[in-house]
Amino acid sequence: MDVMPRWADVVLIPLISLALAAILSALVIVGIGEDPVAAVSLMVKGALGSTYGWGYTLYYATNFMFTGLAVSVAFHAKLFNIGGEGQAMLGGLGVAIACLYVPWPHWTLALIFASLAAALFGAAWAAIPAYLQARRGSHIVITTIMFNFIAAAVLNYMLVVVLRPKGAMDPASARFPEAVHLPSFQEMFSTADTALFRGAPANITFFVALAACVVVWLLIWRTRLGYEIRAYGHSETGARYAGISPFRITMIAMLISGALAGLMAINNVMGEAERLVLNATEGAGFIGIAVALMGRSHPFGVFLAAILFGFLYQGGAELALWTDIPRELIVVIQALVILFTGALDNMVRMPLERLFLRLRGGNG
Amino acid sequence: MAAHREPGRQDTAAPAPAIELRGISKAFGPVQANKDISIRVMPGTIHGIIGENGAGKSTLMSILYGFYKADKGEIFISGKQTQIPDSQAAIAAGIGMVFQHFKLVQNFTVLENIVLGAEDGVMLTPSLAKARKVLVELEQEYGLNVDPDARIEDIGVGKQQRVEILKALYRQAEILILDEPTGVLTPAEADQLFRILHRLRDEGKTIILITHKLREIMNATDTVSVMRRGEMTATVSTSETSPEQLAELMVGRKVLLRVDKAPAEPGAPILEIEKLGVVDEKGVERLKGIDLTVRAGEILGIAGVAGNGQSELLEVLGGMREARGNIRLNGAPLSLSGRGCDGQARRQRHIAHVPEDRQREGLIMDFHAWENVAFGYHRDDIYCNGVFTDNATLRRDTEAKMKRFDVRPPDPWLAAKNFSGGNQQKIVVAREIERNPDLLLVGQPTRGVDIGAIEFIHKQIVALRDQGKAILLVSVELEEICALSDRIAVMFDGQIMGERLPGETDEKELGLLMAGVSGEAA
Repeated sequence: MDVMPRWADVVLIPLISLALAAILSALVIVGIGEDPVAAVSLMVKGALGSTYGWGYTLYYATNFMFTGLAVSVAFHAKLFNIGGEGQAMLGGLGVAIACLYVPWPHWTLALIFASLAAALFGAAWAAIPAYLQARRGSHIVITTIMFNFIAAAVLNYMLVVVLRPKGAMDPASARFPEAVHLPSFQEMFSTADTALFRGAPANITFFVALAACVVVWLLIWRTRLGYEIRAYGHSETGARYAGISPFRITMIAMLISGALAGLMAINNVMGEAERLVLNATEGAGFIGIAVALMGRSHPFGVFLAAILFGFLYQGGAELALWTDIPRELIVVIQALVILFTGALDNMVRMPLERLFLRLRGGNG
Repeated sequence: MAAHREPGRQDTAAPAPAIELRGISKAFGPVQANKDISIRVMPGTIHGIIGENGAGKSTLMSILYGFYKADKGEIFISGKQTQIPDSQAAIAAGIGMVFQHFKLVQNFTVLENIVLGAEDGVMLTPSLAKARKVLVELEQEYGLNVDPDARIEDIGVGKQQRVEILKALYRQAEILILDEPTGVLTPAEADQLFRILHRLRDEGKTIILITHKLREIMNATDTVSVMRRGEMTATVSTSETSPEQLAELMVGRKVLLRVDKAPAEPGAPILEIEKLGVVDEKGVERLKGIDLTVRAGEILGIAGVAGNGQSELLEVLGGMREARGNIRLNGAPLSLSGRGCDGQARRQRHIAHVPEDRQREGLIMDFHAWENVAFGYHRDDIYCNGVFTDNATLRRDTEAKMKRFDVRPPDPWLAAKNFSGGNQQKIVVAREIERNPDLLLVGQPTRGVDIGAIEFIHKQIVALRDQGKAILLVSVELEEICALSDRIAVMFDGQIMGERLPGETDEKELGLLMAGVSGEAA
């Protein structure tokens, strides 16, 4: 018998973890002599109080959805892909090449093919660690994290030597042509008299991310492939018995994972910066791990967790801008949330399970 | 009852029980694993505890050994109330435990294993010297001979078990608990073990023997307690009971201990195996040129002690392992390596497989029952709409199978791990048998399955045979092999030692073959 009802597992545990992180954060804020209530209200107002704030929150959330889904898909096959950062960097390279070297007539075509390029580059970057895991048994955690460093170096080289326009000083690609400009929320939702989302980077990619959530859900829970991925993730010996090839599943799951991470690039590279810069990913690949953990590797959970982390990012930036709370503290708060929702999951889970056992024992 | 008393003692009444449990209860959440259990184990006796899987035997012993804390109840050791909060306390109270799965360090010597955890001082040499001396004494006293300098990985399981017993005795255990000790032994090794246990008892030790095998209880114990659903249903003197009575006490109703079946009518050969060889990942030769034939309408039983190549044979046939040699099914060859050698290809050739380990292979424990009903057949057209799985059909199919195979509770949404062992096995058997295969591979069909379900599963296997299908049965339970098989092949060290007809052999002869002695009877 499952110890806890499903709602407790999916809703209650993340909420309690979040509350614990919030309490600890508040204590830290009090500790440096600031007012936690004011800080929270500033974060809420800054991230959710205006369409401008929402425009940033959802922009960040879009990044996190892609990387969170990437970690989730791999995790269903019990593969811990922590190379989302590198895969997203390579995805950016794919987007840049697609946007710079092909004269697209319209942004829709550009979006489709840039997405394909981003997915392809991300998947290719995941393919090598996947192959090493499946054939040689090299641990995927080690290889994917190492590939992040290689990706950063590759990107550095590409930007400095290949993509940098002649005479430019900073290591960045040329600006993408106007034709591949993706519609931002401002352009999509503003009317003649009211400007919404003014200046915010959220763009049409958000809807691509939503679609990705739905597609991943279908993949994992409704297709034969998803069935095989989950079966393999739960029991490798079972998979062998059922004739599910471990090599095939490892490769496919990692390719899908890498492709999802790569897709993030259409948001930050094509949608926001409109050129490829160094460190375009800004750690979103790592946040994806926390998002997937908190979202229980379920696309809907990933969606909610991504919004939450988007809020923390944007709210944190506002906090740094308007108060004396130093930027580093924002990182502390984000770290606490990751720590409690991701790493310390069992700390909340075990007492809660005991509580439920006692409750049920009392009834029965 | 061979009550052993020290001559000097001036007790007027009977001696205090070596162990007395009073009103022990233990619940895991809503599951009451032990309900108000009281038991007295007299010193110098062998006391059997018998019960089905999940009856609460292991929980009770875990409480006695300090792994779990009882919710209620008291423990008395030699008449003195004792708290046992951990295994250190149990050892201090003179209790030694021999687990089903040995806890030995494979690349340590016997002596090092015995000393491990009971070293005195920082330096190892004096402890080892002392242990060597004690070991010689123990050996003389109880006839437990093993080479103290042999590495564990180089000695057989029978010897390894003796090391476990020696470990307990070295820690001055007066009370020995053995949990399913014969699971990995040949009949001859089991007999040796029981001779050792009798000698230990005669020297005054108290022994608790946990088992689900009625025969062992009848042969080895003085007193037997029966557990059912967390309760102690009876404690009787072994000489005054019978296997039938014990089975009834265990299950709560009359059970058929034999399998009712008509004589086999074997037809054409379905499975033909020639010179099958397997070398495993470590380069060890597991199968050394096996020849076997299974005909339509017969059950071929493979007897043997665990680890003599039976698992590898099943894995090769099930497409889980590559091999060399020839296998033909209905006259056409099966591929033994590369593409075409996997579970999918085997299923397309109408081979169904009830694997030895249902929890690690046959089922995905976290999947719902309805997801497990497709496991291995999940690419079949009936379960799919294009790339999607047809979950509605699957759930309907699961409900029907659960009804036909009496799976309880009949809830397709329950995860496999939440069914009892017997019901898990029924799900696997239903899935495999209802594919109407030409060849059914069955490994350990009733391991960890309650007696009631055993009866049912055996009937299903016989029914499939009566439809003219070929069945290859692998089991380490010799009784099961003898009861079900129409022909018995005995495996030892990757070879077939011989084939026998069940009516023309006995457990003694089979036991010798299982131990690798083929000489006089071949």
